[in-house]
Amino acid sequence: MLKIEAIIQPSKLDAVKDALLEAGIEGMTILEARGHGRQKGHTEFYRGREYTVDLLPKVKIEMVVLDEMKDKAIAAIGSAARTGRIGDGKIFVSRVDDAIRIRNDERGETAL
Amino acid sequence: MFSTRFRASTVGLFLLFPSLALAQSTPATQADIKALQDSVHAAQMNADNSWMLVSSALVLLMTGPGLALFYGGLVRKKNILGTMMQSFAMMGLVTILWAVVGYSLAFAHGTSFVGGFEHVFLRGVGLAPNTDYAATIPEQTYMVYQLMFAIITPALITGAFAERMKFSGMAVFLSLWSLIVYSPMAHMVWGVGGLLNATGNHIPSLDFAGGTVVHVTSGVSALVTALYLGKRLGYPHTAMPPHSMVLSFIGACLLWVGWFGFNAGSALGSGPLATSAFINTHFAAASAALGWTIFEWFHSGKPTALGAISGAVAGLVAITPASGFVQPFPALLIGLIAGLFCSLMVFKVKAWFRYDDSLDAFGVHGAGGTLGALLTGLFATKLINPAFGANVATGAIDGHWGQVGNQAAGVAIAWVLSAVGTLVLLFLVDKTVGLRVSAEDETVGLDLSQHGEEGYDLNS
Repeated sequence: MLKIEAIIQPSKLDAVKDALLEAGIEGMTILEARGHGRQKGHTEFYRGREYTVDLLPKVKIEMVVLDEMKDKAIAAIGSAARTGRIGDGKIFVSRVDDAIRIRNDERGETAL
Repeated sequence: MFSTRFRASTVGLFLLFPSLALAQSTPATQADIKALQDSVHAAQMNADNSWMLVSSALVLLMTGPGLALFYGGLVRKKNILGTMMQSFAMMGLVTILWAVVGYSLAFAHGTSFVGGFEHVFLRGVGLAPNTDYAATIPEQTYMVYQLMFAIITPALITGAFAERMKFSGMAVFLSLWSLIVYSPMAHMVWGVGGLLNATGNHIPSLDFAGGTVVHVTSGVSALVTALYLGKRLGYPHTAMPPHSMVLSFIGACLLWVGWFGFNAGSALGSGPLATSAFINTHFAAASAALGWTIFEWFHSGKPTALGAISGAVAGLVAITPASGFVQPFPALLIGLIAGLFCSLMVFKVKAWFRYDDSLDAFGVHGAGGTLGALLTGLFATKLINPAFGANVATGAIDGHWGQVGNQAAGVAIAWVLSAVGTLVLLFLVDKTVGLRVSAEDETVGLDLSQHGEEGYDLNS
């Protein structure tokens, strides 16, 4: 089981969700996040003084999938979220030790 | 009720007794004329009183929620309640102090510097007019109208020490300030025998609605307090932008509308002078918003909402002393100058001197009030308000250039009283109750540290 975390532009959320559903991935968690990579922030003005806001709004999507779904998931996210400009985001993959369905205590891959 | 009965009966009299017009003046006719005069006077008084009560409500609206929202939106989220509570506390505390002794110190007979104790506990302040001040409204109306000014003045100062003042220290400091600075200043400018009273024979200065009494005093006191308390933690290198420009915008609009009560109500009646003050108020707000916006557009490249609303407030401050003395187009000019001048104060002068007047109480109220007082001396005209007598020149445009000097004297006295009084009180309260919150409390925020509450709990 793999955890896939994707940090994307907020405006791409709908496209990415649709792409993931189409790829057969139904369970995911969406978080509102702030951050930046190499993308510079924007300037705002307060009382005539300029300051840089570099904590930019982002969306983080987390999902845990079977190993064989990894490439499909990454492809779905990538194609839906890509604009080609700095700030598109990143995808991280890590290993998950276990998964449990709370409703009936199912364990392992069938819990996904 | 009273007047309708008499109107009907007097019409009836004229219809039934046409010979009345030809008869000699009999006791019956004289009684009728007296009754007519009384009912006309009563109607005039009711008209004036209704406007004055509305104006009183409008001025209170300026504090709650006008100023509470305006200031509240400008601070960081963790301090919203603390900031609003400071204004609200004034609504409670100053009311009690005013009723007990504040009104007396401001408006009772006394010296040329402060009133006496004739009206403590509002003794002698009833529903009959006090002809020293306003002959057509109950003195209690006058008292409650003036109370709303006494409430908002210390509330304005809170802008200078935003985000770092203890609630207890603030309550004690501003309560004492109201008695030691506000009441004496109000007495000097508006009280019977006051040093700066326009109808007096010391230094007649023109302050229609409180440019000096309210804005210079609060603005200068704000500056002194900001310097005494020191900067907020992290100022100026940490950005501390407003957490809600929406709240500030709403607050500013409430201030603009409420200011009609503040200025036009200072006519103390519902006649044409109130109209003049109303129009001047509105015109100055509009042109000042434009003035600040123009300055900012050139300075920073974009016109901000904060700049626009700050400009409007600056114009309203500057027109306050002039509102019942100047013509409409000079009012437009006063507003425009105020917008440009106050934006310069806030953008440049504050940075040069490096003080943390968090919400620009001095930059807008202190500077704007000073500017407005001087421009009043320039543009006041007997054509609008013959304040010194029926054909006597009022301000410079009438030919009386000396009035600008009188205005300057009044402003200077306000500066000195405010600075000295504030410094003494700050020192006293600091050594007893304490003024500034601890560093930890400042970091956690006033809402939690002072009030045990959170302003927003959007996840509940």
